[in-house]
Amino acid sequence: MTVPMAILAFLEDRPAHGFALKQRYDGLLGHERELKSGQVYSTLARLERDGLTRGVEIERGEGPDRRVYAITDSGVAELEHWLRTPHAANARPTELFTKVVLALVSGREAGPLLEEQRAVYLKRMRQLTAARHDGDVVDRLAGDYEIAHLEADLRWIELAAARMSDVASRIHGRAEGMP
Amino acid sequence: MSAVLSGHGLGLAFGPTTVLHDVDIALDPGEIVAVLGASGSGKSTLLHVLAGLLRPDAGSVELDGRRIDHLADRERSELRLRRFGFVFQLGDLVPELTVVENVELPLRLTGVARRLARSQAMEILADLAVADVAARRVNEVSGGQAQRAAVARALVHRPAVVLADEPTGSLDTVTGELVLEAFVRAARAVGTAVLLVTHEARVASWASREVQLRDGCVVAPATTS
Ligand SMILES: Nc1ncnc2c1ncn2[C@@H]1O[C@H](COP(=O)(O)OP(=O)(O)O)[C@@H](O)[C@H]1O
Ligand SMILES: [Mg+2]
Repeated sequence: MTVPMAILAFLEDRPAHGFALKQRYDGLLGHERELKSGQVYSTLARLERDGLTRGVEIERGEGPDRRVYAITDSGVAELEHWLRTPHAANARPTELFTKVVLALVSGREAGPLLEEQRAVYLKRMRQLTAARHDGDVVDRLAGDYEIAHLEADLRWIELAAARMSDVASRIHGRAEGMP
Repeated sequence: MSAVLSGHGLGLAFGPTTVLHDVDIALDPGEIVAVLGASGSGKSTLLHVLAGLLRPDAGSVELDGRRIDHLADRERSELRLRRFGFVFQLGDLVPELTVVENVELPLRLTGVARRLARSQAMEILADLAVADVAARRVNEVSGGQAQRAAVARALVHRPAVVLADEPTGSLDTVTGELVLEAFVRAARAVGTAVLLVTHEARVASWASREVQLRDGCVVAPATTS
């Protein structure tokens, strides 16, 4: 979903050819995952078919000719709609939650696995914090996003550790068919 | 590298309650170490013992390899003034003075000339984005501004050791980072060792390592391999 929307945003800023779009995507949003050229061209073809972009000129230069694209009014409307539609708050407890429950069900302690996970998260957070001093402001914003999520995970680990004995007795109550 | 400040086998009880038990901790020059732990785990008490404000019942505190926990009060105050910077959890700026007068204090008390003290104090207040309230009395600034003034005062005389108790506790994330950046700068530029007490992982992630306290004991770190 974000690749077509990124292309629309770049084109609203200024018309461009496929290769320039790929470079801009990689520079701003790539973060360890570059866009494949094939995906750029197939996305451009789809956007044009749907009337969201159009070819405006052929740029001639060294190497193959390059088609330059621009955004259409429907393209602008589509981008505006996507940007302004908040996504649902649908975070579900993840694998760590499952591991904690299953550790307790199987009669183990969950404390050690929480502590090990915590160490991994803290280590990653420290790496991200250190990297913030090097990157530019966009990289920094991406790092901040991950740091904020790690912070939430660590807070959950703290809560889970504090409530572990209550949770354990509840789970064993359930397993034995008690309310 | 040898530690600038270290505590060995520290123990302390308030009446029947053991608050610190056999705590070992060491800080190298230029190192930032986070002390993490739940409320009541003994973080502030440890800091006060290392600072020489509380005498431990057991163990010793060394500065540059020299024992300081059994020095006379006057000698300890002198050391605190010259070699340490403190940011206390409850704040302890002098309310009758302005913000900048508070920050100048460690310099003025050690004989630095008025003009030089003023310019160094203003420089660090600017780093912490509170230069605009420098001329106000402490009770006329916000809690977050007072906290940054306390950080400025702790760093202004380029101490060997800074002991900071929840120094970002009343700051938002962005302003808190100004404080953490100031610690990093001090550590890199003049080799200040920083002990950073916090209960927030985000803040701890600015340190190069962490020491975790639980019920007054140091918890062995989990392996991360
Ligand atoms: N002056 C004191 N007298 C008695 N008990 C104290 C005193 N100061 C702290 N404590 C107790 O010592 C324990 C550790 O306190 P503290 O070091 O302030 O913890 P933290 O800073 O980690 O929240 C707490 O149980 C606290 O109630
Ligand atoms: Mg405390």
